[in-house]
Amino acid sequence: MSDRERSSGPSAGPPQAGPHPLGGSPGVLAGRGAHSHAANLPYRLPPPLLDLRSKGSWFIAAVLALVIASFWSLDLQWAQFLSLDAMHSMGRFIGEFFPPEVQPDFLQRVAVATWETLAMSALGTTIAAVIGLVLALPASRLQTTDPAWARLPTRWLLNALRSVPELVWASLMLISAGLGPFAGTLALAAHTGGVLGRLFAEAIENAPPGPAAALRTQGVASMPVFLYATLPQVLPQLMSYTLYRWENNIRAAAVLGVVGAGGLGQLLAFHMGLFHMGKTATVLGAMIGLVVLVDALSYAARRWLTR
Amino acid sequence: MNATLAVRAPDRAPDRDPAWQGRLGLILVVGVLLWPLFVATEFKPWVLLDDRSRQVTAGFLASFLPPAHTPDFLWLVAQQAWRTVAMATAGMTLALLAAVPLTLLSTRVLSISALSGRMAAGPFWLRQAVRAALVVLRSVPELVWALIFVRVVGLGPTAGVLAIALTYAGMLGKVYGEILESGEAHATQALLRNGSSRLQAFLFGLLPQNAAELTSYTVYRWECAIRSSVVLGFVGAGGLGQLMDGSMKMFNGAEVMTMLLVFMALVALADRVSAGLRRALG
Repeated sequence: MSDRERSSGPSAGPPQAGPHPLGGSPGVLAGRGAHSHAANLPYRLPPPLLDLRSKGSWFIAAVLALVIASFWSLDLQWAQFLSLDAMHSMGRFIGEFFPPEVQPDFLQRVAVATWETLAMSALGTTIAAVIGLVLALPASRLQTTDPAWARLPTRWLLNALRSVPELVWASLMLISAGLGPFAGTLALAAHTGGVLGRLFAEAIENAPPGPAAALRTQGVASMPVFLYATLPQVLPQLMSYTLYRWENNIRAAAVLGVVGAGGLGQLLAFHMGLFHMGKTATVLGAMIGLVVLVDALSYAARRWLTR
Repeated sequence: MNATLAVRAPDRAPDRDPAWQGRLGLILVVGVLLWPLFVATEFKPWVLLDDRSRQVTAGFLASFLPPAHTPDFLWLVAQQAWRTVAMATAGMTLALLAAVPLTLLSTRVLSISALSGRMAAGPFWLRQAVRAALVVLRSVPELVWALIFVRVVGLGPTAGVLAIALTYAGMLGKVYGEILESGEAHATQALLRNGSSRLQAFLFGLLPQNAAELTSYTVYRWECAIRSSVVLGFVGAGGLGQLMDGSMKMFNGAEVMTMLLVFMALVALADRVSAGLRRALG
């Protein structure tokens, strides 16, 4: 597309640095370009913002229609939400959070649940990384002559794993694994395995092919080629993807308990259901603290990895 | 050929990985570190294989096929799927409305005082405050926001939309800021130095440079919002999640299967849109 833009020549004003994302510069998206080679190029006006022939305009219109239809069809109760009454009940509700419960034996239970949540997220992410790596190999084309017959079916499998949310996985896993953190761990591993598998496959396919080709021409088998040439090149990226998913999973693990899969969520659902607002506040505090802690840890680790 | 420099190449590669001891040691250390995690999560894969659990699982899985496909049920699923998408879209719209101004406030590249050395104290603390607000917004999972709002506005989509809006405003604000600050700042700084306003510098410098990345992240988040709105259905915000919760409690595998297929279709659709947009914005 940049060729077409440049063909209008320097006299047509500065070349567009890029498309205008909100106005959806129609000229760029539709790719219209006048190819004139006269001595003095005519000064072209910028493409109009709205143009029936441009895909960009139609796309923006579709997005607007989707947004309007969403708000229109949902019968949202803003009036009730913004009313004085709701404000009062919200204020009362938040007021009940204070003071948070700080009895030692309750704090100990919260600490145990926090550790359980942390363990669920860490172990779930680790298993997911293993699943992801195992599935990423058949899901990627390692060299141009590779027939990669398993690429499409594996990608479908990864998409299927990925498109079901963790909480739904958890409620499915509960049936065979029973209540408790084990079901939650499996659920996190299933969803994250799909996400990581896809990211890993893309990273592996985008790795520079030189070292692998050098080994392959020496007659090395394909597994050692992957282990000694491709994997070392992409490992930092794979680790950073895994850490990033860990950040996401700590949030997911915190709420999985709501369907009975252990951790802080179970405590939260229990005490919120019984209107123990002080205890709920403590659990919420632990949740926020855990999320902030893991975010900071993972940020530091990723900085260190991509130094 | 210089004979003194010629190194005799080994006839064949060594059979054994030369670094195997180190690798084995590393695996052992990781295993020991993981052990407490296995204990804490009650990781017992064999419970999946015991007789009773196997029977229940097999029965449930067998009921998955064929997926439920009576016209009444399909119509219900279509309605609830639209509710799910609408909740995600409305939540994302509100999140964007909140995230864009917060991003503009917190972006360091748009600081005029930072052009000449250090940023002034006032703007610096304003940016830090906005960042802290974003951290708080996204640290509370959307399900918890929803549980709180359900108490105030009652069951229904309003709680779900608000929950998605708050959490996603925090996430979008953070990542938009990171994207804007990771690129080249020359064009923007040149505009600012030559007297353009911050908004002009953003619209003509930063935004065109990062449009593709910002758009594809937004579409990715929309896909995540669809998943979130399914999850929020489990606490009573309506949509596919609520329907699924009901079917799951009745052990109706066929209905669950139909809904799982609908999720997959929705996510595949979001994927297509994202890929197409990324190609167009290049």
